[in-house]
Amino acid sequence: MAEPLISFKDFSFKYDSQAEDTLKHIDLDIYPGEKVLIAGASGSGKSTLGRVINGLIPHAYPGTISGSCIVNGKEVADSSLFDLSFDVGTVLQDSDSQFVGLTVAEDMAFSLENDQVPQAEMRSAVTKWAKTLQLNELLKNSPQEISGGQKQRVAMGGVLIDESRILLFDEPLASLDPAAGLASMELINDLATKQNLTVVIIEHRIEEALHANIDRLVVLQDGEIVANDKPDRILVSEKIIELGLREPLYLSVLRRAGIAIADCQQISHAETITNPAIAKSLKSWTRDVKLNQADEKKSNLLELQNIKFAYDDGKNVIDNVNLVVHRGEMISLVGQNGTGKSTLSSLITGFLTPTNGKILFAGEDMAELSVKERAEKIGYILQDPNQMISKTTVFEEVSSGLVLRQIASKEIQGRVNKILKICGLYEMRHWPISALSFGQKKRVTIASILVLDPEMLILDEPTAGQDFRHYTEIMSFLEKVCADKDLTIILITHDMHLMLEYTMRTIVLDAGHVIMDDIPAKVLTNADVLQRASLAKTSLYTLAQRFGLPSADDFVAKFIESERRAR
Amino acid sequence: MSNKNRSVQTVVATGIGAAIIFVLMKFIAIPTGISNTQVNVAEGFLPLLAAIYGPVAAGLAMFIGHSLNDFVTYGSPWWTWVIVDGLVGVAFGLFKRQLDIQSGKISAAKLVLFNVYQIVVNFIGWVLLAPTGDILIYHEPASKVYLQGVVTWLLNSASVAIIGTILLILYAKTRTKRGSLKKEK
Amino acid sequence: MAKNLFVGYNERDTFLHRLSGSTKLIGFVSLSIIGMLTFDTRFLLGIFLFSVILFWKSKIKFSEISFILKVIIAFAIFNIILVYVFSPSYGMSIYGSQHMIFGDPNHFFNLSWEELLYLFNVMLKYTFAVPLALVFLLTTEPSEFAASLNKIGISYRISYSVEITLRYIPDVQRDYRTISLAQQARGYEISKKANLMTRAKGAIQIILPLIFTSLDRIETVSQAMSLRRFGRHNKRTWYMARRFKMADYLALFLILLIVIIGITLFKVNNGRFWNPFK
Ligand SMILES: Nc1ncnc2c1ncn2[C@@H]1O[C@H](COP(=O)(O)OP(=O)(O)OP(=O)(O)O)[C@@H](O)[C@H]1O
Ligand SMILES: Nc1ncnc2c1ncn2[C@@H]1O[C@H](COP(=O)(O)OP(=O)(O)OP(=O)(O)O)[C@@H](O)[C@H]1O
Ligand SMILES: [Mg+2]
Ligand SMILES: [Mg+2]
Repeated sequence: MAEPLISFKDFSFKYDSQAEDTLKHIDLDIYPGEKVLIAGASGSGKSTLGRVINGLIPHAYPGTISGSCIVNGKEVADSSLFDLSFDVGTVLQDSDSQFVGLTVAEDMAFSLENDQVPQAEMRSAVTKWAKTLQLNELLKNSPQEISGGQKQRVAMGGVLIDESRILLFDEPLASLDPAAGLASMELINDLATKQNLTVVIIEHRIEEALHANIDRLVVLQDGEIVANDKPDRILVSEKIIELGLREPLYLSVLRRAGIAIADCQQISHAETITNPAIAKSLKSWTRDVKLNQADEKKSNLLELQNIKFAYDDGKNVIDNVNLVVHRGEMISLVGQNGTGKSTLSSLITGFLTPTNGKILFAGEDMAELSVKERAEKIGYILQDPNQMISKTTVFEEVSSGLVLRQIASKEIQGRVNKILKICGLYEMRHWPISALSFGQKKRVTIASILVLDPEMLILDEPTAGQDFRHYTEIMSFLEKVCADKDLTIILITHDMHLMLEYTMRTIVLDAGHVIMDDIPAKVLTNADVLQRASLAKTSLYTLAQRFGLPSADDFVAKFIESERRAR
Repeated sequence: MSNKNRSVQTVVATGIGAAIIFVLMKFIAIPTGISNTQVNVAEGFLPLLAAIYGPVAAGLAMFIGHSLNDFVTYGSPWWTWVIVDGLVGVAFGLFKRQLDIQSGKISAAKLVLFNVYQIVVNFIGWVLLAPTGDILIYHEPASKVYLQGVVTWLLNSASVAIIGTILLILYAKTRTKRGSLKKEK
Repeated sequence: MAKNLFVGYNERDTFLHRLSGSTKLIGFVSLSIIGMLTFDTRFLLGIFLFSVILFWKSKIKFSEISFILKVIIAFAIFNIILVYVFSPSYGMSIYGSQHMIFGDPNHFFNLSWEELLYLFNVMLKYTFAVPLALVFLLTTEPSEFAASLNKIGISYRISYSVEITLRYIPDVQRDYRTISLAQQARGYEISKKANLMTRAKGAIQIILPLIFTSLDRIETVSQAMSLRRFGRHNKRTWYMARRFKMADYLALFLILLIVIIGITLFKVNNGRFWNPFK
């Protein structure tokens, strides 16, 4: 067998500010040409592992190392960051911060500039990679002018241009729309094969990441490797679920229908999984499950009438949107990157003012209300948690809204602690926010709004960067409040599973228009809408189609129903 | 952290620091009614930038941020003030060691000392250097420029004393002591 | 970027757009320094006219700059008034003669031709560089700016800092807007009427998240840059750099000529002032 390209031997690492090791006795070999997926709960040390591979640890993060990590023959601790960067190209989670140039072309050429490559050579390299990554049209655009998916491709271009042998991605899917995410994974797979690259992907969304034809799945828990094998072998057992991660949805449905995964072949894709019994069992399972009738319509809470809005450049980002949200509904708002979802929520919460149209809340026109007054009715959790956090510790942050409302400190203690427990932050309540991972920060912002008990909530990408356990805890909690207190919730999301499982109604936004407003299962069977809004049908539909179920809608609806009952 | 790394950090801190200074100057400066003088929130941010990234980053960031702001509001920079502002940044940066903000401990004594220092620095900058420069280079009447200088001195010192001090304290709070983070039940 | 800086690069095809950024930068800096030093009214008027012609040649539309122009005029007038009010006879002391329009040289308030000339000079000094600055801002691609700085001898690290500033101003601005709204939504009052201390606290409430986000960003951006080897060598090349062409050498020659005239005038005038009253 070939020499491993990356090799961890009894490797441990402790950040200076931490009391305990974040990585514990890691033994891991990655061979040339492999595609490895690293999964694990939030805070389990995935990003930390990635930082060791690209040398940021120990060169940019102070801490204590024991054991060894060798990348392409170099001991990480003894080589400079620059030397390592020739071997490992890193695409950071935040592709916006990685974009340091003023235009796409400059950013792609950045590392070549630093290597003093002559201009003519840089131009031809940029042209070559722009063509491969379909960025030709955008070479002169600034980072503010391109979508999230495009930014990520620019980031890939910027590291591919180095021709390094190892590519490292930290949560490439977190803020991409489903179609862009899939395209990204396919691109990675394609490039890896063509250029013979070794790829390490850190990602929560296992099912989507598997589209890159992953060769090996490594699962971390509390800084230790708890699983390390071919994806098929790990997915067979229910280990993934026990570890608090999400198994691919098609596997869950098969299990529910009573099929033993162990008897199936090629289980890592919904397109390939086979077993003679599947078709029959699915059909009979579908027949047996009964659907509950949808609830009666409730009273109108929020009404948007002919809303239009344009930013300074004059193009209507929101164009004549009409919408009614009923009290107690949990709605998902979906659509392509950059289509105007966040803009629409800013209009509702008064962060922006529509150029045309009316917004009514419980029948009352909101035009006259200030941001603060609206916020008392509608809590808004922004996409980027950093934009909301203004205090230094977790507890202070979550309690700040209550303090401003002059609530007695005893009551504050109680309410804040309760919400912190629900959001899985109680143990870290005295930590400075700067020591939290992205997923943890996002939960802090959710907690700090939830604690205020608003009538309606708008959550922008609540599950981005969350692991399945916390995701389920937060969503179940929201579902419960929604039912108990008639809380109305709008979720903005790129996660089709979230949309299917938790929301009763989906609004699809495209180019400023609402192009569909229906139950999620219907949205996912409308090929035209899927394509226009850059959504992806989930693996459930693939199953329904492959095994000839009479109605895909009905099948999906029933699966979701049974999932809900199981919760 | 290796030296090369720190130098990259200085470059980035200069660039982004200047962007912040530009935005603060442009959007939350509170005019006082005397020309060229305003309660400048950007001045309050300077000590923090200086305490974290040192004299080079703070001085250059102020210089770049201030000149860009002048460029787009007045058409061309008022060089004497831009340079003095940069020098004030450098002077704040020289106090980095004494403040040692990364340790997370910032005592009242240190803060008082820093405030005395900043008032002196601002005095030298705005009452001595800037007006003298204006007289030498722009030949403006002494009484006008000294009045502007004194007002700026007072406003900038106040801005640093209030905003700057609060920012230093809050930032220090986010620093964690070695080995201090433990999950509490 | 254009919108965010109020004035910014505009793609057109004029000889000014084709000149290298370094040439324009050298031109702007040297003309504004020589203009800053001299008080020769004829020379100042000369540069002013020259820059107005350049401005006209660059085909910049008035609407693109009308806003900034209003601010500049208001600023200049205000300052002129201040200069006059604080020292109405300053002109006479500079030129050493007394040609009164009204009032008595021994009283504080008076007006002389010397004062008028002095004020006219000051006015010119406030405004002569404005057309140049606008030409520079509107005809130089921001991407080329850092490369130009590096080319005229400023270290590439400092040059790149400027590039980063230009890159992140729009982001910081957007963050600022969003954060201030998010804080209002949390219940902070940001009222214009409050006293200084309250306003300072309000300002801190907004700038705190802005600063912490930006500090985080400094970390990530420097990591991203180190991972792509920024700072490895003592030099770097620039994707957007432009070579000097014939036109650049001609322009540099013209600039040199103007600077030499300016310096010669110091000699001829025996100092920085041109004195028509002698
Ligand atoms: N710079 C740092 N200083 C101190 N502790 C840190 C630092 N970065 C991460 N940690 C801690 O190390 C642990 C692992 O963090 P890491 O970012 O590797 O998690 P992760 O698995 O990538 O999580 P996520 O899925 O949320 O991104 C966390 O408990 C976190 O608080
Ligand atoms: N402050 C702004 N100024 C100008 N244009 C903006 C601004 N904010 C957003 N846009 C533009 O408006 C469009 C809609 O952006 P928005 O952020 O609402 O999209 P989104 O649907 O939330 O996307 P994502 O899924 O990536 O979060 C985009 O084309 C974006 O470039
Ligand atoms: Mg991570
Ligand atoms: Mg969005």
